[in-house]
Amino acid sequence: MTPPAIKVEGLAKSYQIARALGRQPYRTLQEEVIALPKNLWKRALGRADKMETFWALEDVSFNVTQGEVVGIIGRNGAGKSTLLKILSRITEPTKGRAEIYGRVGALLEVGTGFHPELTGRENIFLSGAILGMRKSEIARQFDAIVDFAEVEQFIETPTKRYSSGMYTRLAFAVAAHLEPEILLVDEVLAVGDAAFQKKCLGKMEDVAGEGRTVFFVSHNTQAVRQLCTRGILLEHGRVAADGPTESTLAIYNQRLRDMRVDAETGVNNPENRRGSGAVRFTAVSVEGVEGTERYSFEMGETVRFRLSCRVNTPMRGLAIVVALRSGLSRELVTSARHVVTTDLIPAGETLTVVLEFPDVYIRPGEYPLYLHASEADQSPVNYDVLDDLTPPLVIVGGTAAKHDNFDPTHPYGVFSLPSRMSVEEWPNGVNPQNGQGVTRHERPRIVR
Amino acid sequence: MTAVADTPRPTVVVEPTTGWSALNLRELWTYRDLLMILAGRDIRLRYKQTALGVTWVVLQPLLAALIFTVMFGRFARLPSDDHPYLLFAFSGLVVWNYFAAVLQRAGNSLITDQRLITKVYFPRLAIPLASTFSALVDMLVSLSVLAVLLVFYGVEPTWRLVTLPFFIVLTAIAATGASLWLSALNVKYRDFVYALPFLLQVWMFASPVAYATSIVPENLRVWYSLNPAVAFIEGARWAVLGSSSITPVMVGVATAFSLAVFAGGAFFFRRVERGFADVV
Repeated sequence: MTPPAIKVEGLAKSYQIARALGRQPYRTLQEEVIALPKNLWKRALGRADKMETFWALEDVSFNVTQGEVVGIIGRNGAGKSTLLKILSRITEPTKGRAEIYGRVGALLEVGTGFHPELTGRENIFLSGAILGMRKSEIARQFDAIVDFAEVEQFIETPTKRYSSGMYTRLAFAVAAHLEPEILLVDEVLAVGDAAFQKKCLGKMEDVAGEGRTVFFVSHNTQAVRQLCTRGILLEHGRVAADGPTESTLAIYNQRLRDMRVDAETGVNNPENRRGSGAVRFTAVSVEGVEGTERYSFEMGETVRFRLSCRVNTPMRGLAIVVALRSGLSRELVTSARHVVTTDLIPAGETLTVVLEFPDVYIRPGEYPLYLHASEADQSPVNYDVLDDLTPPLVIVGGTAAKHDNFDPTHPYGVFSLPSRMSVEEWPNGVNPQNGQGVTRHERPRIVR
Repeated sequence: MTAVADTPRPTVVVEPTTGWSALNLRELWTYRDLLMILAGRDIRLRYKQTALGVTWVVLQPLLAALIFTVMFGRFARLPSDDHPYLLFAFSGLVVWNYFAAVLQRAGNSLITDQRLITKVYFPRLAIPLASTFSALVDMLVSLSVLAVLLVFYGVEPTWRLVTLPFFIVLTAIAATGASLWLSALNVKYRDFVYALPFLLQVWMFASPVAYATSIVPENLRVWYSLNPAVAFIEGARWAVLGSSSITPVMVGVATAFSLAVFAGGAFFFRRVERGFADVV
């Protein structure tokens, strides 16, 4: 039997939220003293300020054995980060219990403990010590860290003079050279460029390959798919699914599909929505040409976005952006901006627009959606963004793929550009493979 | 081997805790490198990007002592127990500055380092404790300046000098204890650090930094010596300069006070630290 790494039993965490004001958890003594008579009076009358209990985690139980690579997935606010904070002992649970077998290394943020005024060398020691390494251990790993980060020349330079790429590399390098038995990683892949993210993923694959336990929190489903053998889906602080990565991800995507975008989430959850609230998406649906709502498309199909917005305060026109992100690096892969109108739109109006991508020749994969509504002249205030709050667009191979030089065993890149090949010179006795490198001048139309 | 022996014991058990808890000094000890590196960081940051650099450590108490010498020694003619006033003021300032520096640095430390507290686990005591050690380095520099001044004024060292470390440790314990209260309370009530400079100023004038204890009327002396800083300052002066108005009772009161504040601060800190990450 494989020895256990983490046992979690009925873990729960609640926060008290003052209903009356969106006030800070800390306060000044002055406020407290002034409020005291009022509170006493209210309490005497049985009208104390209602403190609302918010359960960030509820009754979470699971066991992880040594060497498992577990991905924790879920939407914003599902409790993923809270779970990691409890397991790494940053905060205490309200109920329940977790047993941890082995040394834990937690990587909740790249660059924890870095100070911009300190040099690269000083920061390596500082950050290493904060992450739980002994000084001698850091000294032993020092050269490897500097190598990995590729910052040899700048090691005596204050990190505030580093480029953001160097900074992130150095920060991750320190964490990567931690040698814990259990590694907890939270969304660190959300920073840095694509090359860096690839490096991070590679390093984490190494760690997993060495038989250490990895606990990986992300809403980057592509990364979870690539890295993890098991997926745990959290929803409203509870375990909604726990099983092999693919099946958990399938459930996750199903749940996302069932979810509808409604205006209320925007008002209530400022973390999810930005902008002044002058305009809000009220409904989003992605449809095929046949008119049914779906998120899965074959290459070459037409994807139709039906977007409804409500204008809450008068807007100087309206422009809509629909963009696709890369499932792995989260960079924008493509975007389309359309000005709906430049006329003034009075408050209280609702609009519905349909935006179409005909013949989507992007390659199979997951493409999170980025939807943006703003005034026609791009006011920096009056806008709304739905960034990865809907199910991602899923493109599958299908019939078009084979006409498009797409090779599922080498699924690199995002787009399929039309390509042609001709051979100009070949050695004697070697014949060109007729028909293998398809020469094509025009895309075949998909017949449906 | 029995089945029971095969079951590994968990390294860590995460559970809700309530009430008072043990100090867990063993864990703090395993993090001693972090403590020292944090203290080193404080010292480096303080003098990075300053034109005079570490010279400030020497200049600050020296300039203050000179101002005191002119204002209080020359103009106001405050008594200095027949010691050269500069020497008298400087020896008092060395101790007082250390005490004040620990409180000032530690007071806001948990807020300044909130990113650490919300992103990584380590014994939270390490953050305010680092101030105790980083301020100690400044004080050691001031002490060597004091040594130069002593040679300059031709003051012969006596056996009493051996007791100086005792008074320094006593000051460190009291300052640390107070800083644990202060930093922990400051997480919840941000006005503690605003009140601190004012409090420290009042406290300094209630302590024999710029004047000798002998200026205080005899019948008030008992109350006066309840201020533990009196014993720290006069004790250090006694160790360095010889004569002073320190009494064994004052040392006893100050020792008891220091230990009580320290123990109370440490346990209080442990009690509230579990909520830091949620509140800060």
